[in-house]
Amino acid sequence: MKKIINPGSDIVAEMMSGYLAAYSRYFERISGNNAFAYKNRRKGKVSLVIGGGSGHEPLFSGFVGDGLADAAACGNIFASPNPQLILETARAVNEGRGVLFLYGCYAGDNMNFDMAEDLCDMEGIETAHVRVWDDCASAPKERVEDRRGIAGDVYVIKIAGAACDAGHDLKEVLRITEKARDSINTIGLATRPGSIPGLGKLTFELGDDEIEFGMGLHGEPGIERTKMQPACELVERMYGEIKNEMGLGAGDKVAVLVNGLGSTTLLELSIVYNELNSRMQADKLIVHDAEIKSYCTCQEMGGFSITILKLDDELEKYYDTPCFSPYYARGEIK
Amino acid sequence: MKTMTVEQVTDMIIYACDAIIENKPYLTDIDSAIGDGDHGIGMAGGMAKAKEALLAERPFPDVNAVFKTTGMSMLNSIGGASGVIFGTMFLGGVKGMGALSLAKLMRGSLEAVKERGKAQPGDKTMVDALELAVLAMENSTGDDLPAALAAAKDAAHKGVEDTKQYVAKYGRAKSLLERAIGHQDAGATSVAIIFEAMHSYAANAAEADA
Repeated sequence: MKKIINPGSDIVAEMMSGYLAAYSRYFERISGNNAFAYKNRRKGKVSLVIGGGSGHEPLFSGFVGDGLADAAACGNIFASPNPQLILETARAVNEGRGVLFLYGCYAGDNMNFDMAEDLCDMEGIETAHVRVWDDCASAPKERVEDRRGIAGDVYVIKIAGAACDAGHDLKEVLRITEKARDSINTIGLATRPGSIPGLGKLTFELGDDEIEFGMGLHGEPGIERTKMQPACELVERMYGEIKNEMGLGAGDKVAVLVNGLGSTTLLELSIVYNELNSRMQADKLIVHDAEIKSYCTCQEMGGFSITILKLDDELEKYYDTPCFSPYYARGEIK
Repeated sequence: MKTMTVEQVTDMIIYACDAIIENKPYLTDIDSAIGDGDHGIGMAGGMAKAKEALLAERPFPDVNAVFKTTGMSMLNSIGGASGVIFGTMFLGGVKGMGALSLAKLMRGSLEAVKERGKAQPGDKTMVDALELAVLAMENSTGDDLPAALAAAKDAAHKGVEDTKQYVAKYGRAKSLLERAIGHQDAGATSVAIIFEAMHSYAANAAEADA
């Protein structure tokens, strides 16, 4: 398997060095580690720290910026950052108004961030956390806390960043962020596996002519494996699942993200959105905003996910606040 | 052999580190079957860091410091769930190093691991091996360290065998449901390797003493 790395070297550290060197006008590394902060972050507010395993870029490193997260702690390939790294990241951006940790709901992330919160507590840093569990194919609704976090992270970070910038206290930022988290669902579809950098192995096996609905980012088994189908049929099934899950109907206002998983092209993703859009129009949903990008990926993994954020007036206000990072921006230059 | 010196305990843990590092491909294979295949890399990397720290910082003032250095090295290098769980396993407090104090240490570790990870016996995790190993040490009669560790490693291996029958409640294997049955848990395997290595070291040291 061809992979552009230096075999045997520290892949994540080298990636981080390259990324931070290129974007040094925006970011500063935190004490030589695989963590960094946004240089121009606003002061005197609740700090937003995000993080997770590496290998899913631009998540999480691409979502540190103006109106977004203040810092990111990046773990090894597909593995959570450790408690010490998370603590140091929180320390670096703490403004004395508390730190909100935002991450995807996975056993490793949950434990490491919990332990980091214990360490912060010992230093008198006030903390709270929101675990993103948007993947509605990963567990039934009754066990929502067992669901995994995938592309929905993007919208939760966006709204949490805006809530922090609005100057709210930690409790209020937490309330708004949880509300955003609970208004988002995602469903994914895999067409081919990614590879594990440095290991030269695929993350799962899937026949050339097969697809799997609901498969997780690391190849966690989904809800159904079938033969490949035309885009219209794939979208029909996925839109049906998510519509049903969220109880969407005429007049509901939504933001929509069609997210590529790594190797699926803009051509394909746009065809997906075209299919999705015609169905949303037919159902009389109000599409407030939509995006076709590859934000939450797993190396060369093929496939896409559909994320829907159901907006009310409050969430819309935070959604519409401009934000900027080298990988994600909302709002127009007037 | 009733107790070990601090230097011997240091050597014993380094011996366990080497055992995990040697078993990296084996652990990778086990984890690839039902997990995401990174357990071997994570554990070997963490144990290499622990060994490096143990060699750099020895001699230690007491046994507690040996375990703490090991635990912190693992916690801050493995990442993921394994980092917290195996780090926690070594972070329990301990005074002196006899069979009873080791059993007490491991009981503390087991409870801390369960608290942190929320896993219970039967969930197809490292707890299945650690729980049985701790019980075996607690039930081991006489204050003989190699004998207690022999009972512990046998029990840990039995725990690994037991995981084959279980449906996983955590990690990637969780979503496989009954498809994970027949496969052993990688974390439990690491626990067995660690106890096996600690036993080998203690048995050899006792022989050398005799």
